Amino acid sequence: MGAINTGDTAFLLISAALVMFMTPGLALFYGGMVRQKNVLGTLMQSFFALALVTVLWVLVGYTLAFGPDKFGLIGGLKWLGLNGVGQLPDKAYAATVPALVFMAYQGMFAGITPALITGAFAERMKFSAFIVFTAVWSLVVYAPMAHWVWGVGGWIRTLGALDFAGGTVVHISSGAAALAAVLVIGKRKGFAAEIMHPHNIPMTVTGAAILWFGWFGFNAGSALTSGGLAGLAFATTHISAAAACLGWVTAEWLKTGKPTTLGAASGAVAGLVAITPAAGFIGPLSALALGFIAGAVCFYAVSLKWRFGYDDSLDVVGVHLVGGTLGALATGLLAQKVLNGAVADGLLFGNAALLGKQAVAVAATIIYSFVATTVILRVIDAVIGLRVSDENENVGLDLSQHSEVGYVWHE
Amino acid sequence: MKKIEAIIKPFKLDEVKNALHEIGIQGLTVTEVRGFGRQKGHTEIYRGAEYQIDFIPKVKIEIVVVDEMVDDVVRVIQETAKTGEIGDGKIFIFPAEGAVRIRTGERDKDAL
Repeated sequence: MGAINTGDTAFLLISAALVMFMTPGLALFYGGMVRQKNVLGTLMQSFFALALVTVLWVLVGYTLAFGPDKFGLIGGLKWLGLNGVGQLPDKAYAATVPALVFMAYQGMFAGITPALITGAFAERMKFSAFIVFTAVWSLVVYAPMAHWVWGVGGWIRTLGALDFAGGTVVHISSGAAALAAVLVIGKRKGFAAEIMHPHNIPMTVTGAAILWFGWFGFNAGSALTSGGLAGLAFATTHISAAAACLGWVTAEWLKTGKPTTLGAASGAVAGLVAITPAAGFIGPLSALALGFIAGAVCFYAVSLKWRFGYDDSLDVVGVHLVGGTLGALATGLLAQKVLNGAVADGLLFGNAALLGKQAVAVAATIIYSFVATTVILRVIDAVIGLRVSDENENVGLDLSQHSEVGYVWHE
Repeated sequence: MKKIEAIIKPFKLDEVKNALHEIGIQGLTVTEVRGFGRQKGHTEIYRGAEYQIDFIPKVKIEIVVVDEMVDDVVRVIQETAKTGEIGDGKIFIFPAEGAVRIRTGERDKDAL
């Protein structure tokens, strides 16, 4: 047991609160993009995911992710129900802050990750099926993958692949799950035939702003100490978001002739996704280049759904899978030992081995999340059904699932 | 009595209301509507996907007047709502069978 550092503890407490705020921010980001009749159903999925996963995290998720290693694959049950997780630091992880703070901080990540997937199957999943999916996914997919990457003894961590704040665990895993989900659940009724445009872009922009704000806790907080490394991650996060906003808007302006508000908000989020695995390993100008490229690439990636005919309703694949993969591989190019003594240099700084390890981590994450998500959803579909009825889909999730409406007609 | 329905460009509403007020019109009802005529719609773009929007926002004014007022009201609306461009809208005139003021129960002409 180490000694508590008050600066580190204060910083991680604030960072945890910042990451918590991201999930309601995500709810607004997604909520504005759906049709009016589904605004509450969409907000509810993110908001409820945070609550549901937090409870599971306390009971079993945390120990599966960070408990004593079993075969490099999963944590043991030593900390079931947070038994033994208290005010003293756990030297293996954040050595200068109470273990409870580290647990809470990590729990915020566990909460937002399944919420990210909800954008893919928006406007058509039964709330009951969503609950079962989120609960099972967080324990069967998220917890082991968090262990692989961050757990002491986890195989990806042991391999030496880098993921500063969750590019693989959070973004690639949710993006791959999103792809699996849209293939299993199918398109919304009227997809590509009817106009399904966002009902409240100001809400979406507000959500994007909250995500950008909260992401400082997500990335800088992942330093787990308050100091130079957190400062580097904070700066690269901000730089990447800004550059990606410009990258997306530039690309869409060239292609469609118009710069859009939704594009600016989406671009910033794409840049935040891409910098997540790299934030504490690359320099400011590398972050600038990565962000700009990620913004432009994700703009083109979201149009793939039209070409391949899958209904990734709010573009989780195009932003999180593509942006996350780009960031994880870019880490293998741009990482610098001079910035972070704990890591190896990337390819552009003379070391090819890291890129190969990053590719292994990316591939393993995509394959595991895609396959496990497919199996989970097929089982749920067979037992209770995933989709609302056609009639309820026409009515919308707000009335059919929750018996309320987002906007009253008059007082 | 006649009911006059005018579909006009939204930004013309205040001008039309003021002009009607000047010729003694005491009240009217306004609804935000959408529709299409000869005016083409517009394109909206969301994450690179372009949508052709055919239904254009307009404002519908409804007003019931005694027969002698109809020509004046129609003329004022037509002159004030006009920009000369396609999409200025239309005015429809219908016979009105009756009217009741809810507060007092007054009928027809007295209720207007």
